[in-house]
Amino acid sequence: MGHSAERDEADTNRRVEMTSGNLAFAEAMRQINPDVVAAYPITPSTEIPMRFAEYVANGDVDTRYVAVESEHSAITACVGASVAGGRVMTASSANGVALMHEIFPIAASFRAPIVFGLVNRSLGAPVNIHCDHSDSMPERDSGWVQIYCEDAQEVYDTVMLSVRLAEHPDVLTPVFVCQDGFITSHCYEPVEFLQDESVRQFVGTREPRYPLLDVDNPVSYGSFTMSEHYFEIKRNQIEGLNNVSRVYRELSDEYVALSGREYPMIDRYMTDDADYVVVIMSSATGVVKDVVDDLRREGVRAGCLRVRMYRPFPSGEVREALSGKKCVAVLDRSASPGGVAPLAAEIKSALYMSPDRVPVFDYIFGLGGRDFFPDDARRVFQDLMDMRYEDGARYIGLLEEDD
Amino acid sequence: MSRVKGGVSWRNTPPGTVTFGASAMEVETGLWRSMRPVLDLEKCVSCLKCWVQCPDASIMTDEDARVCGINEYFCKGCGVCQAVCPAGAISMRPESDFSDCGKVCEPDKVMQLVKNTGMVGELVGS
Repeated sequence: MGHSAERDEADTNRRVEMTSGNLAFAEAMRQINPDVVAAYPITPSTEIPMRFAEYVANGDVDTRYVAVESEHSAITACVGASVAGGRVMTASSANGVALMHEIFPIAASFRAPIVFGLVNRSLGAPVNIHCDHSDSMPERDSGWVQIYCEDAQEVYDTVMLSVRLAEHPDVLTPVFVCQDGFITSHCYEPVEFLQDESVRQFVGTREPRYPLLDVDNPVSYGSFTMSEHYFEIKRNQIEGLNNVSRVYRELSDEYVALSGREYPMIDRYMTDDADYVVVIMSSATGVVKDVVDDLRREGVRAGCLRVRMYRPFPSGEVREALSGKKCVAVLDRSASPGGVAPLAAEIKSALYMSPDRVPVFDYIFGLGGRDFFPDDARRVFQDLMDMRYEDGARYIGLLEEDD
Repeated sequence: MSRVKGGVSWRNTPPGTVTFGASAMEVETGLWRSMRPVLDLEKCVSCLKCWVQCPDASIMTDEDARVCGINEYFCKGCGVCQAVCPAGAISMRPESDFSDCGKVCEPDKVMQLVKNTGMVGELVGS
């Protein structure tokens, strides 16, 4: 991401505060002032509905806050409010996300533009509260946009972009704004906030196309549909995802003028002239970037590619960034037991049509919050430099018999 | 020619699974039927028990509110009408016994049949 673009003079009166990814998300919600929030708090996303409930209780927002009895009910209430025509937000993690699974494809198919704070946490069992991506990756085929943030600032800015992206008439698709549990959600760092008025102008008000509460133009959502129509409805829905990259670029241009901050779908760090590239997502990217800096000082042409948007997957951008490299390592923070891990599968698929065959090494790291150190990243780069290819995934930081 | 009767292209499909008012009128649930009710008007006493019990409002009535037929576009062949008929006027027969098995009704004819049930005044669509 870049911080150098010109800023709109109208928004020079900014404030910077020490805050966390969760609280930055909640502050974005306060400024957006959604119509409805239905939530069932779960670690590590608890602070999002907790802080937002304070805003509701104190009258800082005029949102209808629905306290429900389960995550399944939370997302169901969100879908109802969204198709009624409201602007709707919620948050969850791990098994809470899993319990919502039944409703996610329905939300997407209803074209309900919900913005969802997904704070990544490992999926039980065993129960574990720390970060990996095993909760969000099973939702990759649920029809939602998935954006993975590296830090709290990016979380805040991505919420703003996501409201516009989700509600855009050519997209009309719910968005998961993902951040790493505890690492991003709970660590404090400086975050620059927009003015309330700037946010109001940027997000505007939602203009729903077929609101259920428009009794003069009655519609039904989710009617029983036989084979005559289902296929066309699903294909129409897929087009919403296909339109994301164009719409996202337009919104990103608008947002960079307002904030000075830009977030491309993929974040290239010294990849242009790199021989060896590590591909990774979310908060662990910083570790790899530091090691890239060290290796560059040692004369190694190393680079890092962070995939920020996972759905829709920016295959063209990835292929353009990685074609011609000597070799590439993909670090997944979740596994697909019995298959290729989610990020590695996408990267390999994207590279299939590249003119040169780029070897791709698979790694799995950080499950259940297992630490990922600079030495780990350095060993991955060493594997690439030595061309130590292995069939199947290697596991970073996993204890073996002699450890 | 479209491979799906009454189909709409994916580009022209409204987003969000949205359907507009009274679209149930267009869904030919009669295609599900494996047993067809056959009404013998000679035996029928027009007690309207079948009209009350039919889950699909498929029992048609005339201007005098007397039973006059069964709407095969909607009838799923559940057999409730036969079970409740005190006069033995309805029998259930396999669809394969009929030469028009699986044939689709014309929309205009369907709407006329629906009007004959007396359950709707103004029809939406079609």
